[in-house]
This record gives sequence, structure tokens and C-alpha cells, in this order.
Amino acid sequence: MPSLKQIRRRISSVKNTQQITRAMKMVAAAKLRRAQENMFQARPYSDQLRTVIRDLAARTDKESHPLLQVREPKHVGMVVVTSDRGLAGGFNNNVCKAAQKVINQEKEHAEDVRLIAIGRRGYDFFRKRDGEFIQHHIGLLNDLNFGTAVSIGSAVRKLYEVGFTEESGLDRVYLIYNEFKSAIEQRVVTEQLFPIIPELAGEEQYPTDFIYEPSERAVLDHVLPLYANVMLWRVLLESNAAEHSARMTAMESATNNAGDLIEKLTLQANKARQAAITNEILEVVTGAEALG
Amino acid sequence: MAETFKLEITTPTGVAFKGDVTHVKAPGSEGSFGVLSNHTPFITPLQMGAIEVESPEGEKVFATSGGLADVRANQFLILAETAEALEKIDVDRAKAAKERAMQRLQDMGTREVEVERAQAALLRANNRLSLAGK
Repeated sequence: MPSLKQIRRRISSVKNTQQITRAMKMVAAAKLRRAQENMFQARPYSDQLRTVIRDLAARTDKESHPLLQVREPKHVGMVVVTSDRGLAGGFNNNVCKAAQKVINQEKEHAEDVRLIAIGRRGYDFFRKRDGEFIQHHIGLLNDLNFGTAVSIGSAVRKLYEVGFTEESGLDRVYLIYNEFKSAIEQRVVTEQLFPIIPELAGEEQYPTDFIYEPSERAVLDHVLPLYANVMLWRVLLESNAAEHSARMTAMESATNNAGDLIEKLTLQANKARQAAITNEILEVVTGAEALG
Repeated sequence: MAETFKLEITTPTGVAFKGDVTHVKAPGSEGSFGVLSNHTPFITPLQMGAIEVESPEGEKVFATSGGLADVRANQFLILAETAEALEKIDVDRAKAAKERAMQRLQDMGTREVEVERAQAALLRANNRLSLAGK
């Protein structure tokens, strides 16, 4: 049984930890609010772009644009989105594990699987496991703007485009990230970025007399690269919001656990104190009896 | 009064405009074009310039740095990279951007990519400034 002093020291240490976790939770909540706002503002744009692309892809011949063509996946690329910082529960681990699974699957038929790591956690995870990197980005999530999504998106697209002729290119690109479902729920999503899979629309009939200006090809040339940038932008925002919500939940439960621990330790401290007092009384009484 | 149709201008950072309008003029890649209601389905990239919107509530002008226009029978979607209402253009910021871009263009020896980016930035800043009339 630890001494009273030890228990008290332990209590104050747990209290300190609890203060930190509580502060982190509040910071995460504030950041989450901002991230969520950004995400909601970007949603109409990416949703509409997706609708437009889906329509376009449904109307056009799959062979008419390189970004729509499917080739044998010899060189696979994966964009893995994690966070720079930890203490967010299973947030990073879930993504990394899912990515590892996809890597293992792809390696069965592909010659190589290479990574584009966004966030320090994913980079560290795969560096320790001898992952091959094309590029990695650390610190980018602190200052999210559309420009960063554009630079990564166009880099990925270029790699895919050179994949037709060069070994250094990519034949298939996946996106792996945490989707923000709600403030308390995140879901790991694996999506194929390239080649673009046209989402087959339902019964709806598309007008065939669509006018493309200057030409169908030119419109596709313009829209499809944009699609990559916007997809990345959306994914960065989703992941960012999901990160903060995961951290908030993790810190909330850490704070609660600390509370439980403090309660238990306080009980122990009280018992120890009571025991000490009883002991002292006993000593006094025995002493008095001996004198009498 | 002219028939109205729905216009929506969205950007990656939010919805810039949503409402019923009577006439829209937009800078298509092949030149400026106007859209009235019941336009035939039409899709084109946009270049940098001004989007002029006429609605029953009045006229509005947006500065855009490009995007995509998707016209359906009674619905007009503009997916713009940026779109700012004239009165919301941050003149100081645009001026600062212009100076920065010019400075970068002067420092010769920069890589080709950077020159391209600086030129694009300069064009964007000039577009905003000329529309804002400053």
C-alpha cells in the first residue's frame, strides 16, 4: 500500500494531465468548428463539379480522354492523408492500417506501390515499414488553402499522365483518408482517383444535343484536371475536420478517465489518512493506559 | 419582364451567388457569351474576367479568375475558381499581390514554373483592380 504522500502526489499529477487533456479538447473543438465551416463551404462546389463530371463521363466515350482510360495497373500510387500530430485516438492508425491492406493487395499484381504521404503520422508509419515515397507533405494541414490542393492534385495528375509511356509514372491512384461523418464519427475511405470512374447515372436521359465550346475534348481537358484538384481539396478538408473531431473525442474520454482515476485515488488517500488517524488514536490510548 | 432562370456561382471556398436571374454574361474561353432563360444545353470553360448578372433585384458583377460554365434549360451553374462581387474586392490585397508578382518577375533567373505563376498572379491582380476601377 503506497503511503498517503505518494497517493497525494499521484493525484496532483493526474490532475495536471487532466487539465492538459481538457485544454486540448477545447482547442480541438474550436478548430473543429472552423474546419467544419470550411468543409461545408466547399461542399456545393465539389458536389456540383462531381455532377458535371458524371454527366460528362456518361455522355462521352471512355477512350476519348486519357484520364478516363483504364490500363493495367503496374504502377500504383496512393495518397494517404493523416495528421501531423497524434493524440487523436485511432485516427491515424486506422488510415495507415487500411492503406497497408490496400498496398498488400495491390502488390500481388503491381510491380510497385508508391506513396504520397500527407501528414507526418502517415509518413513516419510507412517510413518505418520501408514504404516507397513519391513525395510527402508535413505541416501542410496547419494552413490549408486551395493552392496546396492544386499543387498536389496536378502533381498526381502529371504522374498519371506520364504513366502511359514511362515507368516512373502511375497507372492507378488511390486516395485514402478519414471522412468526416459527424462530430463523433469518422470513417476510413478508400477511393480511386485515377482513372476516373464515371458514376453511372440512373434512368435519367441526357440531352444529346449538348454544345461543347470549343470542343468536347477541350472541355474534358479543362474539367478533368480540375476534378483532381477539387477532389484533393475536398479530401484535405474532410480529413482535417475528422482529425479535430477524433482528437476532441479522444481527449474527452481521456479527461473522463482522469476524473475516474482521481476519484479512485482520493478514496484511497482518504482510507490511508483514516488508517493513520486510527493508528495515532490507538497509540495515544495505549500510551495513556500504560501510564494509568 | 423577362423570364427568369436559376443561377448558381460556386467556388471552392463557398457559394458566391444563388438566385433567380434574367440575363448572365460570362467570359467563355472562346469569348464572352450571354445566357437568357431556355438556353440550349451548353458547357464551356471560363477565362478570367467579369461575370455580369442581371436579376429582378438589380445588376451584379463578379470578378472571376476562370472556371467552368454548365448551362441547362433553366439552370446555369458556374463553377468558378474564384468569384468576388465587385464591392467585395480587396483592392489593397490585389495591389499588394500585383506588386509581389511584378517584383518576382523582375528577379530574373527564376524557374519557368515560377515565372508562369507570377504572371498568372499578376493577371489575376490586374483583373480585380481593373474591375474595381482602381
